Amino acid sequence: MTITEKILAAHCGKDRVNPGELINAKIDLVLGNDITAPPAIKEFARIGVDGVFDKDKVALVPDHFTPNKDIKSAEQVKMMREFARKYRITNFFEIGCVGIEHALLPELGLALPGDLIIGADSHTCTYGALGAFSTGVGSSDMAAAMATGEVWLKVPEAIKFIYKGKLNKWVEGKDLILYTIGKIGVDGARYMSMEFTGDAIKHLSMDQRFTMANMAIEAGGKNGIIEPDDTTIKYVKDVMKRNNIKRNYTLYKSDADAKYSKIIEYNVSDIEPQVSFPHLPSNTKPVSKAGNVKLDQVVIGSCTNGRIEDMRIAAKILKGRKKHKDLRVIVLPATQAIVKQMIKEGIMDIFIDAQCAVSTPTCGPCLGGHMGILAEGEKALSTTNRNFVGRMGHPKSEVYLSGVAVAAASAVLGRIGSPEEL
Amino acid sequence: MILGKAHKFGNNIDTDAIIPARYLNTHDPAELAKHVMEDADARFVDKMKANDIIVAGENFGCGSSREHAPVAIKAAGISAVIAKSFARIFYRNAINIGLPILESKEAVDGIKEGDEVEIELTIGEIRNVTTKKNYRSAPFPPFMQQIMKAGGLIEYVRRKIHGKNI
Repeated sequence: MTITEKILAAHCGKDRVNPGELINAKIDLVLGNDITAPPAIKEFARIGVDGVFDKDKVALVPDHFTPNKDIKSAEQVKMMREFARKYRITNFFEIGCVGIEHALLPELGLALPGDLIIGADSHTCTYGALGAFSTGVGSSDMAAAMATGEVWLKVPEAIKFIYKGKLNKWVEGKDLILYTIGKIGVDGARYMSMEFTGDAIKHLSMDQRFTMANMAIEAGGKNGIIEPDDTTIKYVKDVMKRNNIKRNYTLYKSDADAKYSKIIEYNVSDIEPQVSFPHLPSNTKPVSKAGNVKLDQVVIGSCTNGRIEDMRIAAKILKGRKKHKDLRVIVLPATQAIVKQMIKEGIMDIFIDAQCAVSTPTCGPCLGGHMGILAEGEKALSTTNRNFVGRMGHPKSEVYLSGVAVAAASAVLGRIGSPEEL
Repeated sequence: MILGKAHKFGNNIDTDAIIPARYLNTHDPAELAKHVMEDADARFVDKMKANDIIVAGENFGCGSSREHAPVAIKAAGISAVIAKSFARIFYRNAINIGLPILESKEAVDGIKEGDEVEIELTIGEIRNVTTKKNYRSAPFPPFMQQIMKAGGLIEYVRRKIHGKNI
């Protein structure tokens, strides 16, 4: 079996499961945000149960339109807050504690290897970086899972990706996943499990791995997953110690004879930093072929690239430099712990000296919520995950996607470009 | 039985196009319905009539997990979505909220903008009334049919928990 099949089998009490099989699986965590949780809360009331299945296994993360951008958004978060109080939900995160869900939950040890996690947010697939099975669902699924602790799932077929060789300078996990999506398309892994393997993955830090698993959904994947190794175990041990977590976790690995519907190999030494052009993440080009794209805004952050390592990469490039006069730069660190670490390491000074606006954690402009909406005709380069029409504001604005190094360099250049050009 | 006019869309219609996030500060279906498909076709709401059918290409509903997308389509009065394929979360959400969806490449290729289309959901038959051609979509697995029969996941779970027949 594959790692994904093993986790699914373990959560539905079977020795083995096969692709295509429909199962009812027990969940270790269900999460929702300020957009998806309110309708789930309403639906939950219709089911007619006394409480949630386990008050420690529900996470309510108001991160999208927060700090509340308008009255309606405030009402949505109020609904979450009241629900959390009524059912004594342990993991409701108030402003000041909240971070972007897919950075926050691993940081707090709420996602561990071998877990089965569903979330009413498509980027829930992020936790696959830890060797967990995690996937995005809708609000009805969230409501049903809060009531029953279970979810119906179809066991996915799997694609094994093997990344061989050594990464070129400035190439990040983001570039590997953008390159992959560019090759297989936005539905290249539709309904499937994407298993990321190979030497290049072994050498990636956890932050880089989170970025890769995070964007499995952008290829249509059900989950993205990486086998836990020493890097994972070190990360998990640190997190558990820091948060005083006693829970057991399980390390699963794919069998040598596991069945894949496809095996795709890439030599990463062929890959240079990538840029996705509007309006699909699969519309990729190497940065050297980006041409002269003048920018109005650069966004660095999000559940894809808002972790401390991302901030360090950006700081390395922006240190002693200023952003280009014709654009604005918005930095969105994903959690309060990351903000604190940035202050400690002097990264905050670097960003402010470079004339970047640094925000409190929020999804903000990534989905066109607030904190950096684009006007008609404006172009942004963003380290976020989607560049669909109207994603960051006006339907006639444009979003380009890249890794952090290219975004930071472009902020200085005023156009899409590489750190090598500085 | 469903009978309505077809509105055609291309491949990879994402959930941001179906219901842009700028309207997601509410989850009221009636409010969401006012902006359905807005970033794919700004005039869609004015053009469509109740019972009309959306006919789209591959990977319909890709992107975000927002259940607001199928909810907006349903609340606007669209009776069904026929696509060459659906993105995974949209597919789940549509079944869970009771929006009829059908997969058929042949039907999508054989239906033009404005054609009258008739759908017999129980057998998955799609009939282009304008051209008099018939198409079949693959049947749903029995478990999903049960959810649809119950009127959606919440009702299905409610009945199961309270020991009622589905």
